[in-house]
Amino acid sequence: MADIQPYLIVSATMFIIGAGGVLARRNAIIVFMSIELMLNSVNLTLVAFSAQLGDPTGQMFVFFVMTVAAAEAAIGLAIIIALFRRKQTLNLDEINILKW
Amino acid sequence: MNAGTSPVTVEALTFYLLSAVGILSALLVVTRRNPVISALYLILNFFCLSGLYLTLHAQFIAVIQILVYAGAIMVLFVFVIMLLNLGDERKLIDGMSWKKVVAAGLAFGLLMELIYVLGFLGSSYAPIDAQRATEIGTVEFVGSQLFTKFLFPFEITSLILTAAIVGAVVLAKRKID
Repeated sequence: MADIQPYLIVSATMFIIGAGGVLARRNAIIVFMSIELMLNSVNLTLVAFSAQLGDPTGQMFVFFVMTVAAAEAAIGLAIIIALFRRKQTLNLDEINILKW
Repeated sequence: MNAGTSPVTVEALTFYLLSAVGILSALLVVTRRNPVISALYLILNFFCLSGLYLTLHAQFIAVIQILVYAGAIMVLFVFVIMLLNLGDERKLIDGMSWKKVVAAGLAFGLLMELIYVLGFLGSSYAPIDAQRATEIGTVEFVGSQLFTKFLFPFEITSLILTAAIVGAVVLAKRKID
């Protein structure tokens, strides 16, 4: 592929699937996986533009996004474990103690 | 590049195969009921993305995609799913159906918008310079950039990871003493 337009469309589609998963699913772990999906599709966009512009900054950005995603996964799963221990459920509709 | 008689066709075929499998596995991630199946499809999706990075000549990113995402993050996910043992717990009732319809409608609208913007308004992208792209994707180039121009963010990264480790341990501990 000499053009980056197909990559952008694939990346947009994956992002939308992730966003739809966040909106539609109520299982906390699957919502979390959908967020990972969205992060990854944005990474694809960054790498595509990096290749097109011949500029390494996009790839550096992907590197840092991956680091933050790893940290986010560790923290998020710890929160999920703590929540499950307290409420015995992962249904996001039942976890509403911060809701007014 | 010298594998086939017509490298452009081989490249395009690889791209279409990888993106089709990637999008299909992404759809399966958000539609499967069992989180373990979702996690396995997510791993397949990460492998497809790694292949797409390779077609964009970003070797280093492709390798750490598999090492970090498919290797480290997904192991954490599968481990937590196993730890929580959701299979025989009470069945998760997913939200009401009208919510799903609204979510699907919103997502589809956004997709059409994005495809319109990417496909029709910005159709004059310059082609990829394969030589330059291969040059900037190597471990050598990425490493030299990380330790010169991006040294400060790179050092901050270590701080983030330390904070994440401490935070994860404190959050998941049963009792803090």
